[in-house]
Amino acid sequence: MSSIQDVQNEIIGEFEILGDDKESTIFYIMELGSNLPEFPDTERKDENIIKGCQSKVWLTAGMKEDKIQFLADSNTDITKGLISLLIRVLSGRTPQEIINAELSFIDKIGMGNIIGSQRSNGLAAMIKQMKLYALAYQAKQNA
Amino acid sequence: MPINIEEIRSQFPVLHQEVNGKPLVYFDNAATTQKPFSVMQAINGYYELDNSNIHRGAHTLADRATRYFENTRTAVKNFINAKEDAEIIFTKGTTESINLVAATFGRMEIGKGDEIIISTMEHHSNIVPWQMLSKEKGAILKIIPISEAGEIDIENFKKLLTEKTKLVSIVHVSNALGTINPVEEIIKLAHEVGAKVLLDGAQSTNHLEVDVQKLDCDFLAFSAHKLYGPTGLGVLYGKREILENMPPYQGGGEMIKEVSFEKTTYNDIPFKFEAGTPNIADVIAFGKAIEFIEELGKKAIKQHEDELLNYATKALNDIKGFIPVGTSKEKVSVISFNINGMHPFDVGMMLDANGIAVRTGHHCTQPLMQRLGLEGTVRASFSVYNTKSEIDQMVTSVAKIAKIKNK
Ligand SMILES: Cc1ncc(COP(=O)(O)O)c(C=O)c1O
Repeated sequence: MSSIQDVQNEIIGEFEILGDDKESTIFYIMELGSNLPEFPDTERKDENIIKGCQSKVWLTAGMKEDKIQFLADSNTDITKGLISLLIRVLSGRTPQEIINAELSFIDKIGMGNIIGSQRSNGLAAMIKQMKLYALAYQAKQNA
Repeated sequence: MPINIEEIRSQFPVLHQEVNGKPLVYFDNAATTQKPFSVMQAINGYYELDNSNIHRGAHTLADRATRYFENTRTAVKNFINAKEDAEIIFTKGTTESINLVAATFGRMEIGKGDEIIISTMEHHSNIVPWQMLSKEKGAILKIIPISEAGEIDIENFKKLLTEKTKLVSIVHVSNALGTINPVEEIIKLAHEVGAKVLLDGAQSTNHLEVDVQKLDCDFLAFSAHKLYGPTGLGVLYGKREILENMPPYQGGGEMIKEVSFEKTTYNDIPFKFEAGTPNIADVIAFGKAIEFIEELGKKAIKQHEDELLNYATKALNDIKGFIPVGTSKEKVSVISFNINGMHPFDVGMMLDANGIAVRTGHHCTQPLMQRLGLEGTVRASFSVYNTKSEIDQMVTSVAKIAKIKNK
């Protein structure tokens, strides 16, 4: 499996091809969201909602062979696209990898300009929640 | 006389720019309108030539600034046809105007078991102050229901009125839907049971002729920034006899006649309600905003805005997946809508990518959204400087966006 950095570089490359055109960039993000794996209805509950996002975002995590698998969903297509990027980078990694991950691709592709400040705050909240899951699983492993 | 749109647009520097590589189309006028040169120049001019504290100074600059400041009060008085300048109080905005009434008139007149009536389509700033007051006083907050189209049925309002009703506080024009409410009738009926009426005029004063004497409302609250004026400045109109009987709002300078440690006597209205050094520069500039409106004439402005509203409504209704929200017969130039299968945030962001500025979300009217079973809407609101070709640009974009989920 490629490293977190490799996946980030891949994403940066994809967004470079899109260039400066905001509209096609947003269409692309939405399309990424439509490929997000099905989110189980039973997990669509309040305790899985991430606080700090303007749109609704549900996030859960499970452990498979020492690797964390994330599942997430949102009620808006653009946010789904953003989550799918985070899952692509962070899902299937060890807790330590997730904790250490520096998600430089977000700045490199100029995400702040694309999605604006409110959604950027939401994105930061998602990343924080994913890292919190990683910390919790790591604590469990060490217990 | 029809308005000269190019001449008007030339007075608004902000309109002439590109956003995301496209010419800016500013359709978020219900949130705040843009400001003409004359307003900006008045702010600069005040600081360059006249800056000084008003009402107290014995020197020429202070005298000049006071005169300009009070000129705006007169202009506002004429703008809403109040009886006298003293009935015009400057505040931070609609929100503070409503809170002022709640904290003074409300505290004094509303007691346990008394009733306050608002409607389902209120802005949060005309809900929360009354909830706070009701909680403090043990008063009852009653809500006028609305129809699916976003209209108030006057019969439903009549049913809520009792001799316990002390205040009806209602939005004149809905910011989320554009509905024009039948306030003349509401005011008449409320007065029959002895209740006072506050009109939230944040969205009406910029589109309609608002004549407080003809309407006979007891209070009118509105914001300068929705009237081509500066932000953070608003007006509370109140009838003299009511204002005179109200206790002061905040204590401090300007609002007093005489202060000793034993006793303070309060200044006359309006100064009783204007504690502290006011927002002098913006008040003076607001005078220029009113001048801008009056030079064009409300009638001509309304005619232009209605034309845009009808033109846009017709074109948008033809788009597959377009769902209008708020279809009242009486409306100002606001179009709230959703696209089938899409979240309003996503629609708003895609419009922004096309240079089109709209508002998305609940528009500070969450109870209204709950009533309509919606998370939010996309809202396009038109102003005097908007054009049909801008609407064409939006319609093209909306059609393209709607196609994603409505093939
Ligand atoms: C109907 C209505 N009431 C009140 C307000 C609050 O105005 P302000 O924020 O200027 O106090 C607004 C502004 O959005 C409004 O549209």
